[in-house]
Amino acid sequence: MTALVPLIVCLPLLGAAIALMLGRRRRLQVLVSVLSLTAAMVMSAVLLVLVDRFGPAVVQVGGWEAPWGIVLVVDRLSAIMLLISALMLLGVLLFAVGQGIIDGDTETPVSIFHPTYLVLAAGLFNAFVAGDLFSMYVGFEMLLSASYVLLTLGGTGARIRVGITYIVVSLVSSMLFLSAIALIYGATGTVTLALIAERMPDLPADIQLVLGLLLLIAFGVKAAVFPMSFWLPDSYPTAPAPVTAVFAGLLTKVGVYAILRTQTLFFPDNQFSMPLMIVAGLTLLVGILGALAQADIKRLLSFTLVSHIGYMLFGIAIGTPLAIAATIFYVVHHITVQTTLFLAAGLVDRVGGTTSLSRLGGLLGSSPLVAILFFLGALNLGGIPPFSGFLGKIALFQAGTIVGDPIIYVLIAVGALTSLLTLYALARAWNMAFWRPKKQVEDYTSSMSMSLTEDPEDAGLVLKKTISPLMVGATSAMLVLTVSLSVFAGPIFDLTTRAAANISSPSTYIDAVFPGGTGSIADSNVGTNFEGGVK
Amino acid sequence: MSASLTLVIVMAVMYAAGVYVMLERSLTRVLIGFLLVGNATNLLIFIMSGRPGSSPIVTDASVEDMVDPIPQVLMLTAIVINFGITALLLALIYRSWWLAQLGDEGDTLTDEHAAESADDADTTFRSSSDDDDAVAESIDEFERGDGATSDEDTVSHKKDAAGRAAASASDRGDAR
Repeated sequence: MTALVPLIVCLPLLGAAIALMLGRRRRLQVLVSVLSLTAAMVMSAVLLVLVDRFGPAVVQVGGWEAPWGIVLVVDRLSAIMLLISALMLLGVLLFAVGQGIIDGDTETPVSIFHPTYLVLAAGLFNAFVAGDLFSMYVGFEMLLSASYVLLTLGGTGARIRVGITYIVVSLVSSMLFLSAIALIYGATGTVTLALIAERMPDLPADIQLVLGLLLLIAFGVKAAVFPMSFWLPDSYPTAPAPVTAVFAGLLTKVGVYAILRTQTLFFPDNQFSMPLMIVAGLTLLVGILGALAQADIKRLLSFTLVSHIGYMLFGIAIGTPLAIAATIFYVVHHITVQTTLFLAAGLVDRVGGTTSLSRLGGLLGSSPLVAILFFLGALNLGGIPPFSGFLGKIALFQAGTIVGDPIIYVLIAVGALTSLLTLYALARAWNMAFWRPKKQVEDYTSSMSMSLTEDPEDAGLVLKKTISPLMVGATSAMLVLTVSLSVFAGPIFDLTTRAAANISSPSTYIDAVFPGGTGSIADSNVGTNFEGGVK
Repeated sequence: MSASLTLVIVMAVMYAAGVYVMLERSLTRVLIGFLLVGNATNLLIFIMSGRPGSSPIVTDASVEDMVDPIPQVLMLTAIVINFGITALLLALIYRSWWLAQLGDEGDTLTDEHAAESADDADTTFRSSSDDDDAVAESIDEFERGDGATSDEDTVSHKKDAAGRAAASASDRGDAR
């Protein structure tokens, strides 16, 4: 079972290398990337079952023991994140392949797209399985470098402009993360998560505060938490639809995962509860108010993405096992539903010729299937009762009322309001794009006229196909997945409860990495580095 | 922790200068700022290794004198990552400069291989037959004329005609 842990990172990287060599053979390239992601998905599913049954899988890379070598750890939280991101990556890849077939591969140069996409996948998996802070940093850098390339695909003016903003913001957050790693190494003498978790509580409170805040800010930029969220709605919508979908679904959640992991492991007393609460409330409100003002579906969805990060922070801030379980459930729900909605927005772009709400209308008649896909996704995100969005929020609110601080009640009110406003914003978008008749749209030009092209064979006009069955199929499959999250909410919530029980007590994690205890590890570094003095 | 004061001061100055330069509007300055901040962070990691000592290779030297090797490993990895990202940023900055030079045309500029098609071959054929026609025409003109023009003149005449034909062919190519 432990062989699967490094394999899940290596296989996409190997796939990327092969895909790069097959640059001129598109079909083979597609085959390689689909196969390697399918294999990754199967492996992560197997890992989830095994880890759930037999406890965390720990691999000492190269046989070097934990505090000196690199250690990979897959506990239930990591396994859940691995499985859901593998599923999303595969679905979005199929969508991208479908789009490439229709476009004749002019929009996304396949020879670059597939290898980069696989490197992104490997980086994601690496960040989830990393057992020490530095290999988590390496995983982050892998997926970020791949995302820089994916965001600026084609090198058009608009993409370069937003791409550079995105890259500079990400670089600043990476530098903060690296500085945090350096300072943590200086204070505790290790970068292994489990050993830091053991040594962190012995540090003076003010040093813990500085380290914790540095980590929070570094990950907060990646997760697009309110004061650091300004970059997201500008940069995501410009990329090609599949790229936006995978960024929206997964990239911010890596930040959330890192916050969840470091907060629960390093600061089990939940010292950062209050700042997290305030930031969560502001993220919820500012994000959704931004979404209300948008006239473009993709920008609107980007703002809801920022807003809903607030729910996850809220769960982390409460910090009880129930709240952590609800947070993990919400992360899984949000990854699937946000990816599906961005793919649906990609379909709207293709059938309507634009995603600007002021120019869309009457799409319900011309493409009912896209209308249904977007509608169900919107209901789910807005938290309408039978769907997982509702269940996740209820679980969070319930966990909050059990603790019952005044500020938690304020946040529950803010959360409920945000949920309503999300529904309002998405219903408004749906009404304008799909429901209202075409004649209400000023200067309406039918999207049909844009997709009319001259038939090269004989004279006359033919209708160019804009969406392929594969694109609709991939989006539908993702939608089925989000709905099944609601149907199987019981077992899934049980699983996230077990995962939360795992990470709520750091000793489980520490015992898994150091089965013989940490006593035998010489404290030489701590001796020379920290206690020797801030003299 | 015993750290060299010089290193700490150098690191602080690099951080300050890097952040200051990063806030400029020009992209090349942002890049320089990133390099400064990145190297300041590397220095920070280096400072965390504590007091200097002998190289961490197992020799006769006692373990107590050895320097902590882990920060050096972390630094090396960070340097390699920064190097790759700097290369990517440079390419993007060059591309953005290129787009700025071209203005709106930049977005519509297709890559040169897109034109390599069957039509291309046709154009080449057509332009060469145009050249032949022009040559034939100028010879006809010469023969119809009174023969006063010298041979050299005729050659230059032909050249002009061919040049005109080629120019018109390339015009057609652009319009297409």
